[in-house]
Amino acid sequence: MLHLFALLVAASTAVLIFAGGMVTSTGSGLAVPDWPNTYGWFMWTFPIEHWVGGIFYEHTHRLIASIVGFLIVVLAAWLWWSEPRAWVRRLGYVAVAAVVTQGLLGGLTVIFYLPDAISIAHASLAQIVFCLTITMAVATSPGWKRAYGEGLAPDDRTLQRTALATTALVYTQILIGATMRHTEAGLAIPDFPWAFGHVIPPHWDARIAIHFAHRVGALVVCVVTLATAGHVLYHHARRRPLSRAALLLLALVAVQVTLGALTVLSGRQHIINSLHVVTGASVLATSLVLTLRAHRVRFAMDAGVSSTVSTSSGGNATRPSSFTPRETRARA
Amino acid sequence: MVVLCLAAACGGGTEDDEPARPSVPVANPVDPATAGSITGTVTFAGVPPKPQPIKTATDPRCTSPVTTEDIVVGTGMALQNVFVYVKDGLGNLVFPVPQTPVVLSQEGCTYKPHVLGIQVGQTLDILSGDDTLHNIHAIPERNGEFNLAQQAKGSRNTHIFNTSEVMVPFKCDVHKWMTAYVGVVEHPFFAVTGQDGTFTLKGLPPGTYTVEAVHEKLGRQTHSVTLTAKGTQDIAFAYKT
Repeated sequence: MLHLFALLVAASTAVLIFAGGMVTSTGSGLAVPDWPNTYGWFMWTFPIEHWVGGIFYEHTHRLIASIVGFLIVVLAAWLWWSEPRAWVRRLGYVAVAAVVTQGLLGGLTVIFYLPDAISIAHASLAQIVFCLTITMAVATSPGWKRAYGEGLAPDDRTLQRTALATTALVYTQILIGATMRHTEAGLAIPDFPWAFGHVIPPHWDARIAIHFAHRVGALVVCVVTLATAGHVLYHHARRRPLSRAALLLLALVAVQVTLGALTVLSGRQHIINSLHVVTGASVLATSLVLTLRAHRVRFAMDAGVSSTVSTSSGGNATRPSSFTPRETRARA
Repeated sequence: MVVLCLAAACGGGTEDDEPARPSVPVANPVDPATAGSITGTVTFAGVPPKPQPIKTATDPRCTSPVTTEDIVVGTGMALQNVFVYVKDGLGNLVFPVPQTPVVLSQEGCTYKPHVLGIQVGQTLDILSGDDTLHNIHAIPERNGEFNLAQQAKGSRNTHIFNTSEVMVPFKCDVHKWMTAYVGVVEHPFFAVTGQDGTFTLKGLPPGTYTVEAVHEKLGRQTHSVTLTAKGTQDIAFAYKT
């Protein structure tokens, strides 16, 4: 149940990232001038007939963000109550701190008229929040708890390193993308796959450099993704938790490159542009899942964390131990 | 007379010379007896684009038809919505700030007027005649940015610019098509061309001036004009695509 809830939180965070992408793609970031209120109304009492034009995108983003924030708080509380592993409980606390900070950054960027630094920080922290929810979902999954059974990879250091490097590079690429997005550099190079008809742009300015860096970053991500997925499929093809993640990663990168091209060719059509944002987040999440699974053997203390115990009512239930963490701490 | 006396007091000038500008700012410096005017027209060369209808369906309350206003050409290729002002030549002269506010209105989900001028220190009244929400988002470079909410028909906000800036873009982030441009200058010598493309800058003291025309899409052009006492000079700006 906890795992399903963690999955719900992660999925709702992906929806929030898409909604945030729609705000930027439609240029609606300042359509609601005040924060935390909406045109003077308390956010949740803002009349639906006024959800028009740019207000629709900005206001729904705020509402979804509130829901996601609430869900993350509930998840953290649930972990605090029932999770025996300290590192997983801490993830919950960090996620709460991150989502609160994220909300404040969202408000500050409105109050200060979308300064690049705050807007880029807001976009970048969104991915961190998403990664935290993904990690909590993975850590609470039955597969993780039983160490994926026979599907567990051996302690493959090469895979661990390449998967971690892939995740880091995807995140770096997302940071460059966020910078490009918030500095209005998305169409600084208007053609694709060429750059002003050349392989290398014939002239440069800051925006062209940021845009070109994002294209080079895409190439790097493609190469490292192919290397990581190739390694998995060559050495661990039968270990489904790894091979499925690797195949999904390849598929998502292919979709993401296509969406990136379409974003330029469509003149930044807002839905395509926002799908590009959320698919980028999905690439990051999938790479993170692969990285976590590749490192599962190193979480020795998580082995056998779940066991079937007999409850007082006589039925069987899955619980981490005979005592809740609070009870365990109290006894200590 | 005041200008001439001040010029004489500064010394070095002759009757043939352009009157020297006082180094110290002086209020109400124009002598009506010597004031002249600069008049002119702004035209568009080429095939004028037709105003395109804008889809306003994102807000059902915006029911009036709206068309593009970025290039509006009237009869005789007259170019509308060009801000014309004295860019240089007034030296340190200081002019009184009008007490009457300049009005920027939102009607039918468009800004009226689309282009306007205002003096530094003068009040800008921003009104809403629409039964919907608007935000007024000014994006100046030299003045402070602001973003105001207007909740209902009859809403009013005011703003005063502290620094000259030509032009300050305004937009509504709720209704993407809504844009306006405000020319902020430190004197009253500015005008915005109407349907006939003409402009008049009245009450200028004799002198040599740089007059600039600014169009939101077609850019800037300048003319140098020497105005004698009680003289009138006619100039023409011609824009091409």
